[in-house]
Amino acid sequence: MSQEQDIQILEARADQVWTKGKGGELACDRKSTAGSVTQRACAFCGSRVVLYPIADALHIVHGPIGCAVYNWDIRGSLSSGPQLHRNSFSTDLAEREVIFGGEKKLKAALVELIEANRPKAAFVYSTCIVGLIGDDVEAICKGVTRETGVECIPVDSPGFKGTKKSGYQAACEAAYRLVGTGDTSKIPKHAINLLGEFNIAGEAWMIRDYFKRIGIEVVATITGDGRVDELRRCHGASLNLVQCSGSMAHLAKMLKEHHGIPMQRVSFFGFEDTASALYAAAEHFGDPELMRRAEQVVREEISKYAPKIKDYRKRLKGKKAALYVGGAFKAFSLVTALRALGMKTVLAGTQTGSAEDYGQLKEICDPGTVIVDDSNPLELAKFVLEKDVDLFIGGVKERPIAFKLGVAFCDHNHERKIPLAGFEGMLHFAEEVARSVLSPVWKLAPRRSRPVIPEEPSNHHAGS
Amino acid sequence: MTTTVDQDMVSRHGGVLESGAPGAATQNACKLCSPLGAAMVFKGIRNCLPFLHGSQGCATYIRRYLISHFREPVDIASSSFSEDDAIFGGARNFGAGVENVIRQYEPELIGVATTCLSETIGENMLGMIGDYQREHAGDGPPLVHVSTPAYLGSHVDGYHAAVKAVAAQFVAEPASRDAGRVNLLPAMVSCADLRHLRELCGMYGLKATILPDYSETLEGESWDAYHRISPGGTPLEDVRGMGGSAATLELGHSQAEVKDTAAGWMEKQFGVRRHALGWPLGVRHSDQFFTSLSEISGRRMPAEIEGQRGRLVDSYVDAHKYISGKRAVVFGDPDLVIALAAFLSEIGIRPVICATGSKARKWRELLAAEIEGGGEDVEILPESDHARISELAREAQPDLLVGSSKGYPLARELGVPLVRIGFPIHDRFGAQRMLSVGYRGTQELFDRVVNALLEAKQENSETGYSYL
Repeated sequence: MSQEQDIQILEARADQVWTKGKGGELACDRKSTAGSVTQRACAFCGSRVVLYPIADALHIVHGPIGCAVYNWDIRGSLSSGPQLHRNSFSTDLAEREVIFGGEKKLKAALVELIEANRPKAAFVYSTCIVGLIGDDVEAICKGVTRETGVECIPVDSPGFKGTKKSGYQAACEAAYRLVGTGDTSKIPKHAINLLGEFNIAGEAWMIRDYFKRIGIEVVATITGDGRVDELRRCHGASLNLVQCSGSMAHLAKMLKEHHGIPMQRVSFFGFEDTASALYAAAEHFGDPELMRRAEQVVREEISKYAPKIKDYRKRLKGKKAALYVGGAFKAFSLVTALRALGMKTVLAGTQTGSAEDYGQLKEICDPGTVIVDDSNPLELAKFVLEKDVDLFIGGVKERPIAFKLGVAFCDHNHERKIPLAGFEGMLHFAEEVARSVLSPVWKLAPRRSRPVIPEEPSNHHAGS
Repeated sequence: MTTTVDQDMVSRHGGVLESGAPGAATQNACKLCSPLGAAMVFKGIRNCLPFLHGSQGCATYIRRYLISHFREPVDIASSSFSEDDAIFGGARNFGAGVENVIRQYEPELIGVATTCLSETIGENMLGMIGDYQREHAGDGPPLVHVSTPAYLGSHVDGYHAAVKAVAAQFVAEPASRDAGRVNLLPAMVSCADLRHLRELCGMYGLKATILPDYSETLEGESWDAYHRISPGGTPLEDVRGMGGSAATLELGHSQAEVKDTAAGWMEKQFGVRRHALGWPLGVRHSDQFFTSLSEISGRRMPAEIEGQRGRLVDSYVDAHKYISGKRAVVFGDPDLVIALAAFLSEIGIRPVICATGSKARKWRELLAAEIEGGGEDVEILPESDHARISELAREAQPDLLVGSSKGYPLARELGVPLVRIGFPIHDRFGAQRMLSVGYRGTQELFDRVVNALLEAKQENSETGYSYL
């Protein structure tokens, strides 16, 4: 009896599941189906994630306590200096404020926190409640800015506004208010911004080091190890490299429209993608010396890590992976990186991929691979069983699905504490995958300890 | 690195926060929101799926927080409000959401909790549930509803409100009374605590109906097949029968001050005698718990439990010189803090700061009554936050902290151990299995406390003795 066949895809979601080689279209960019137990979060969460790493800013959540408390110091974004962002500040609205308005409390909270912490700026996140009770957050921010001299910026992020994606947009709007207000006179010719790099476990520092060696200055990492003053002067850069395009596309677009800075989508995950990103930046400036140095960096770095990775490849070859991540761009890189480890992606899903993203994902996946948009635990479990995967790559919410079924897991979310970006990151990734996939514990897991009934030949084998 | 470090902003200790006078803002809250408490309760009923009526972020955040603590699947559905629903009401989403949950999960019960959003727009939950019942005319699973806006109370209130809602909806008029059955309404204890409490009742010949019992759903076995809803939890059938139990044990000092709790209601409605007790943590409060079990069962304390008590007291004596006069900061849920303060007082550790982010009836008085010699020298902080706790702790210079993982930054800053208990525990493994109730649980907690202090002493000693 196959348990996976018991799990049916909800009718409303049937067209959000697509198998390569079976034709049809994949629907995406739509609201989550009520009751589907989506893995997505809300607009507020999206804003909070994107702006969180700005370490010298005050981040205050205007609303009842829940919204602020679940993201208190859980993320892996590192700061080289201030640690203010790791706190959880909330207006903790009570019933009386919900009835009579929370403006007074917000003002008092902002003034008090600014005086105590002297931040470089303050971000004020609106939650569902604020969206409903109609507090004039903009006016409060203006008033407090005048009073304290610290710029207070509203982030229009009530949860019901949409998924994380709508929150990304609101965060970009908020961050953009700072752009263009700083001095750019000392920025050299060869200068870029890194957008959508959040310095999880110090990844931005690794990437910035590559650029330093090439001779390209990074004006601002947005928002990893972020600083308010960097945002103020980031319009002085000549190129925006945009990783995690879902979160930062809007800011990149504004920088292009209003400051004429071209953008390029890149990824710093895996050897191939990291190298392409470095070359893209070097090529942009048209200086052959930069390209020479970029090639040198790539050569040096790859020679450092390639032998070890080759070793892992031998041990991981032929294993099957499922991945479910936030944005599609990460998914592309993961498919490529897994391939570099000799592994095959049999399920690739994202919370908020766009049609364009999925188009690319479809192209790079092998026949038979299932692609799924805005999935849920039951569907993911179904595919893990159907495809008999050896490894699941996702975040904390996906981890128990894998573990309960005796499947290895690699955390590729913002909460992780291990750097997976860049050349060195690829080695960490291989280690992470191998540590789990090759662990002896699966031999004891009930689902893996009995002989697996061979799967009926399906077309995903045909393509390999 | 091109960034400059603004020294003013970095705390002296590389820790997180310097400020923290009580004021308008809540800084590093010492509480969670009420739907989380309700979801915990629903996870403790067999084949029940929690459903939050509001934006989907609430469900997602709470799921992630619970998964990080328990390391188990925690599926919580949401009606996924959009902007239109926030304006025009979420009835359509609610209906569709419930149908999808039934289709996917085939639950025996759907536990509906509201959120700030649905409460503020004044959703008519009873009307929507009525619509569902009419449409299903008895064929679908029942829905139970609890009102949990986060702007009223904390996760602790959400927890108790959900227990009450489940009891009020399902406990039925009993045909007869079963002298061998007892109801147990615990607080947010660990899975190991729940199992131990059941075992203890069993040792007195009593079969316990525990509401909620998430000991299996949130600490399950490795599976050979996928389960839509984790196995375990109290069957609804058993909940229905709670009216016929011999008595109800309800844990939590501050709960005892509330009349219309689930136990209070069952006593009034069906004459099930309510035993309002503190957490059975420490010798004194465990004694009270076992006295209640004796009263209900008519049995003396079993020799095995007597042995546990005797060994616990013996260990108190053996270790007292290591811990006597030490000073602790305690934080967490109101009733846990009271229980810990009582326990620490009993073993000679002064709980110099006792804090909770929640609000509980007569908490200050109840707490002071548990502290040896009254609590005049003790900072008692209801409705507080970690910034305030940290500020006072810097002055108090305690020897240890007792509470959740959220105390770690302070422990690190002060260079003192943190004995982890409560929720969330996100930085250690096995929180589900940590036992701290009854004599046996107290023994484990006691050993953890003593060893934390011994380890600190050893670590800080220049000589590095291996014999202490």
